[in-house]
Amino acid sequence: MWELAGRADISIAFPPFSKVAVAFVSMLFNGEFTAAYADSLPPLLIGLCITIIGGVIIGVSIGLVRSTEWFIMPLLIIFQTAPVSALIPMLTYIYGISDTAKVVAIVILGMPLVALNSYKGIQATSPSLLEMAKSFRASWFDTILFVILPSAQKMIFAGLRLGVSGAFIGIVLAELLITPTGIGDLITYNRFVAHYDKMFATIVSILAVAGLTLGGMSKLEDLLFPSEKNE
Amino acid sequence: MGWMTLLPPLSGIWFAFAELLEQTAFWEAFAMTARTFGIGLGLSILVGIPVGVLMGISTRADKILSIWVNLFISAPITAVIPALMPIFGIADATVIATVILFSIWVVIIDTQAGITHVKDSLVEMGRNFGCSRWKIIIWIVIPAALPEIITGVRLSVVRAVKGVIVGQIVIALIGFGGLFNTYLSYFLMERFWALIIVVFVMSFTIIGLVELLERRIAFYARTR
Amino acid sequence: MDDIILKTEDVGVIYDRSIVALENVSLNVPTGKLTAILGPSGCGKTTLLKVIAGLIEPSSGTVKIRDKETIGPGPDRALVFQDFALLPWATVLQNVAFGLRAQGVSKREREKTSLTYIKEVGLSGFEDKYPHQLSGGMRQRTGLARALTVNSEILLMDEPFSAVDEQMRRKLQEDLLELLKIENKTVIFVTHSIEEAVYLADQVVILSGRPGSIAEIVYPEIDRLGEIDLIRRQPRYVELVDEIWSSLKSYVE
Repeated sequence: MWELAGRADISIAFPPFSKVAVAFVSMLFNGEFTAAYADSLPPLLIGLCITIIGGVIIGVSIGLVRSTEWFIMPLLIIFQTAPVSALIPMLTYIYGISDTAKVVAIVILGMPLVALNSYKGIQATSPSLLEMAKSFRASWFDTILFVILPSAQKMIFAGLRLGVSGAFIGIVLAELLITPTGIGDLITYNRFVAHYDKMFATIVSILAVAGLTLGGMSKLEDLLFPSEKNE
Repeated sequence: MGWMTLLPPLSGIWFAFAELLEQTAFWEAFAMTARTFGIGLGLSILVGIPVGVLMGISTRADKILSIWVNLFISAPITAVIPALMPIFGIADATVIATVILFSIWVVIIDTQAGITHVKDSLVEMGRNFGCSRWKIIIWIVIPAALPEIITGVRLSVVRAVKGVIVGQIVIALIGFGGLFNTYLSYFLMERFWALIIVVFVMSFTIIGLVELLERRIAFYARTR
Repeated sequence: MDDIILKTEDVGVIYDRSIVALENVSLNVPTGKLTAILGPSGCGKTTLLKVIAGLIEPSSGTVKIRDKETIGPGPDRALVFQDFALLPWATVLQNVAFGLRAQGVSKREREKTSLTYIKEVGLSGFEDKYPHQLSGGMRQRTGLARALTVNSEILLMDEPFSAVDEQMRRKLQEDLLELLKIENKTVIFVTHSIEEAVYLADQVVILSGRPGSIAEIVYPEIDRLGEIDLIRRQPRYVELVDEIWSSLKSYVE
């Protein structure tokens, strides 16, 4: 369908699929992708680590310690529903053109999702399971480790997937807006010089990387917790 | 650069807010945002629901479309915006396309989930009383899936809000995106924050309204 | 032998090419009587009922009504569902009228008919309530009224009282017997309760599980003309419950 639309000359900016595929392969081997991803991946990975670890810790702790709820929850909800991306242009003014700006962009777009889902997962632990643990006099630690966390696992993983897709939005947005480096720059540059096949190839590559990452996470979840697979 | 310049006092922001409301540039941006948001979201819902219904009732449609829907629902759509600009121009159409790409997938997925989760017994009941396939879909399946469809619409509103802002920011020349850019380049931090607050308040208002609507419809979900 | 209204001939159902749910089920259903299909869970009794209803196409064999082969659902058979299958967004009246609406009966006409049956099942005063405002028993009364409005000769009931509590179940069973005294219907009733089958049915068909096939047919021949409360005290009733349990025991596991 894409091929036909491209061939039909709707717009010169919409190249046919075959041209994009050729551009994709050539960019893969001539080092353009390698260079761009070398710029983008390190901040992405750092941002992801902070997002995941920080998000789960925040979510789990507010789920367990109710007294922190009133303070953090409204913030998380604001960050989840509001178009926080509006803040990203400002990051340049704080951090300048640096990897820090990218990392911060990733974290503010990804972490609230992870934290909120972890929190919901903890909240949703079935009361009868908790009563069971209580009736068997399980310690607080054991209850968390063997009852609450396993039962929240599905929600936490769903949150991780949301967080990762938020993180990808963060890095792309940051690179498109503020730091003319990496994958975002490759897109912007090719648009300015009207190499639309290359631009599309780059976009496809980032969509593919995001898709593969998320698919890999689902696989990993199935691998780690096979019992939950067919529910 | 000090934090004070970045985070001006509230009184300053309040003053800037009053100024903002007097500017024609603000109202132009506001109108443009409302327009592109409305059209994009409307199209997402109008197209998304039928597609979701189709995927819910036809396994063939599901097989063809579900890979794409699932890919795009979590893909960084932001990366696609630069590609939209040369196609649709630096104008409403690009922002509308962004809003659609942000918001349509969740409508499709939730509608489909709603349709596939309709109890078998309700469909059997319709068949038992001799309803045609068409009548079963209109009278039973779609109303029964309504709570999920409404949830999908609410989530798509959230995403459309993000889409309309992200679209304008990436384009950076029109609408609120243009204003943000101007304010930042001239260090008008009070105005920048005032605008951020306006945008946030607008999104909460819209999302709040949709949630209210959802709660009204959810009453019968209890008996399902 | 009585006049036979419906029969299944060598009905077999195979799921996914290899799972045999029903095998060689040949069953005669006498007109105006209540036939109970009894068996352990997973024995295919609901599948058999759905085959009779025309909702599942049998892999082999046929269903005949008055000696004519029937395919698919028809107006001669009305279903009552285990989970009631009520439309949550419709009132009792609208739910009861659904069958008539599907048949294209005018609004006035169908509301008139529906109101009669709503009264008959004892739901007067609840016409404008929604299902979630009703108890389980009342929901099933709504389902029953809906099945009655279309005036089918055959009433198919799929474990209709299993989702309500014990007291309500007894009340509904008694009311069903009272209703059948006026309504002259042929009823095919799926249940997993031996007591319920013996209490209600003129003919109890016992299915054995995996693959489901008829193990035995029992004719309770219980006197239901007198006081309905007394049925459970008849020696015949107690005897039969025991008898069926001892033959069913071998299939439960």
